[in-house]
Order: sequence, then structure tokens, then C-alpha cells
Amino acid sequence: MSVIAEIGEALQKGKKADVEALVRQALDEGGDPQVILEDGLLAGMGRIGEQFKKNEVYVPEVLIAARAMNAGAALLKPYLAEAGVGEKGVVVLGTVKGDLHDIGKNLVKMMMEGKGLRVVDLGVDVPAARFIGAAEENGAQVIACSALLTTTMGEMKNVVEARNASSLAGKVQIMIGGAPVNQSFCDQIGADVYTASAADAADLALELCG
Amino acid sequence: MPRGKIADAVRAGRVLVSDGAWGTFLHEKGLKPGECPESWCASRFDDVAEVARGYVAAGADMVQSNSFGGSCFKLEHYGLADEAAALNEAAARASRAAAGEAVWVIASIGPTGKMLVTGEVTEEELYGAFKTQAVALEAGGADAVCIETMSDAAEAVQAIRAAKENTGLEVICTFTFERTVRGDFRTMMGLSPADAAKAAVEAGADIIGSNCGNGIVYMVEIVNEMRAVDNDIPILVHANAGLPRVVDGRNVFPDAPEDMARQAPALIAAGANIIGGCCGTTPAHIQAIADAVR
Repeated sequence: MSVIAEIGEALQKGKKADVEALVRQALDEGGDPQVILEDGLLAGMGRIGEQFKKNEVYVPEVLIAARAMNAGAALLKPYLAEAGVGEKGVVVLGTVKGDLHDIGKNLVKMMMEGKGLRVVDLGVDVPAARFIGAAEENGAQVIACSALLTTTMGEMKNVVEARNASSLAGKVQIMIGGAPVNQSFCDQIGADVYTASAADAADLALELCG
Repeated sequence: MPRGKIADAVRAGRVLVSDGAWGTFLHEKGLKPGECPESWCASRFDDVAEVARGYVAAGADMVQSNSFGGSCFKLEHYGLADEAAALNEAAARASRAAAGEAVWVIASIGPTGKMLVTGEVTEEELYGAFKTQAVALEAGGADAVCIETMSDAAEAVQAIRAAKENTGLEVICTFTFERTVRGDFRTMMGLSPADAAKAAVEAGADIIGSNCGNGIVYMVEIVNEMRAVDNDIPILVHANAGLPRVVDGRNVFPDAPEDMARQAPALIAAGANIIGGCCGTTPAHIQAIADAVR
């Protein structure tokens, strides 16, 4: 097995130390940092995302794989910055105002980072104005909102309205997700995209940034 | 104690009725999105007791308490971590005030939201948080703790042990399962109903079960799987009134009281001993279930 393939395998098993050692080895052998990132780390994370969608793995496997991915990516960062490799897009992400649940939001972040997107994570309990401000500051293509509660999902409508009333109207897309949210709610509040899983959210965000 | 143990009543052959949703009623009374529900145990004690009273009047044999998010880890989001003991004790007192002498108080303990697998919290820290909650709930007059919405066996085990080792309360532990694309059931962390049942029984739970989830119809399959693990332990079900649909910007739960009551015989046949509700259920649902099982 090539060292690149081994990186993907180790990442899928969540073996952080192995991923770090293999990334170092690949760099020592003169590997292209971009290839190590894409064909090693991101490919491995993509396979975890697929398995997650099919209920072949669950939250713990995703969490430890993402930790391994981030450790590997941190080693590549100086080389990628030097080579001027740009990110594939910018997503502003957060759990809406009044809602403190972050597990689903964090999964979305990991999956999006696994697609090579830069994610500006605003955390939980994020007011509509902060989503808009952060999207403006960071030149984001996508605002992604999460809610777990039926009592807070309505806040997503405020984000849509704030976007429509800002300079971002027609430029920045709003994605929504979370347990109580569905396509009909998305249509009703005028959000742009609903996805049912974190892996789908990452796929769609990449398309929107393309 | 005049009420005796819940598990003994079950073993004597009774089918018991538990209560239904809490959060929606607090919101109806004015709890705002983003406001800490448990803070109402101190500031709006009578309103909290009123929720429990509604279920007592509907015929519930046991009521929960407004302490689901009462761990210091959840309360710290609101700057209330230091109030954990006081708020949990008040939560149990409010439910006890409504329950009187005849009805059991099964005080709610929800997950901390912290993940052991990533190392953001240790088992000792979880144990400590659950111990604080359980001790305070007992001081407030609870008969049992209802550790609920669990998805990680390791976290559930810490909660069960903390309650068993530091209180005289009966310990109920229920897990939340979602239906997978294969059609079987797993918690968010990948735990099957059989594995969840095993973990809870081994840790010393007196009563096990399932709450929330995809609706009462699927609870029959979940109870079947849990019952196959242990043919003696009492099993409790707190089912949602189906999955919510948005109608005119409001959440509507599809299962009417009679829809849920109709499933009670199948749940009992599968091995459930205590039936109540979770999200979307009301005193009317509990009354219909009580009528069906008695």
C-alpha cells in the first residue's frame, strides 16, 4: 500500500499518531502536500462520511477520524500556505440563537473541513446578525445554521431575513439542518438548502462554493 | 415509604403509567427560547409544579421533574453551574408538591452533552456531575432518578453508578434510538437496544427503557430487543407523539392521544411495564394511555 493510501486507512481508524507519522513520512519522501491532503486525509474523511450516512459508523468514529484528520492537516498547513494553495470555499457555521446544542453542528464542521472548506465556527446561541457579520468579514459563500429544538428552529427564519436585508442577498446561500428541520420547513422560511445529514451538508456546501 | 418501590409494583404485575412532555408546557407558560428551563425551579416554582400537576390529574402513576438539563455541564452555559444542587433539589420539590403521597417522582437527568470519546470530559467528571444531581434530587423528595436520552453507554454507566452509590433512589435509565437505513435501531453513538440494555443492567439500573425517538410504533421493536436481554427487569417507555411536522410555521406532532393509546397493548406484549410520553405528548395522551392499560 502506498503511504498516501495508508494515511487514509489510518485516518478511518482514527489513529491520530499513525496519521501524523505517515504524513511526516510522505513529506520526507518528497510527496506533494496537496496530494497528501486530497488523496490521503480528505479521501479518508470522505469515506468516513459515506459510512456515516449509511449507518455503518456512528458519531464516535467520525469524531476520532476528524481528530486524526486535523492533526495531519496541521502538519501540512505550512507547506500548503507556502505553495499558495487556496481553500475551496468558506462556510460560516453556528447553532442558532437560544439553542446550545453543538454535537450536530460540530459533525457538520468536521465533514465540511473534510471536503477542504474553511469553516468559521461561531459556536452556539448565535444571533442572526452575527451570522451575517461573520459572512461579510470572511467572504463566505455559505451560512450554515443548526438547531436541535423545535422552539429554536424558528430563529433560522430570522437569519434568512437578515441575509435578505443585507449586502449578502443573492450572493450567500443559507443551509439549514438539525433534528426537527426538514425540506418543507426550509421551503417555508426561504432558506436555500436543507440536508438531512452532516455528510450531505458537506457535499452540498462544496457544490455551493464551486 | 407508603409508595414502595416502582420495580416491586411492576413485579407484582402492575402496568404503570408515566408522564409526558415538559418543555412545551414551560414554553406555553412563558419560558423563552434560550432561557434556562431549570432556572424556573427557583424563579417560577409554582408554574413548574403545575406541569407535574397536569399529569397527576391525568392519571399518571409517576411524574418526572424539570431537571433534564440540570448537570453542571449544561447549567454552565447559563452561568448557573454553581446552582446545580439548589436547582435540582427545587425541581424534585416541585414535582413532589404536585405528586402528593400516592404518585412517584422519577426525577429527570439528561446527558451532559460532553463526549468521553474525544477526551473533552473524564469519567470522573461525569460521575461527579451526576452525583451532585442525584443527591440533590433525593434531598428534594424524589423516589427515583430517570436518567434519559442517553446515547453513550459509558456516560449512562457513570450516571447509574453515581445515583446507586450515593443515594437510596431507584435508578431508571432510558436510551434514545433512531431507526437506521437498515431498519434496525441505534443510538447516535451506535449502541443497539440490546447493548444498551446490557450496559444499564450491568451498571445496576433497577429499570431500563427507551425515550424520545421516532414514535411509539418503533418502541415495540426496541422493547422486544431489550426484553430479550433480561426477562425480569422492568422496562419503561417514554415515546414521542410521532415525528414533528411543520404546519403553518408550528410544530405539529402527528400522534393523537388515541393513536398512542392504541399501541399500548403491543408495547405491553413486547415486555414494557411502564408507559408514558416524551416530546409532543400532553396530559390528554397520558390519560388515554392510562385508560388503555387499566
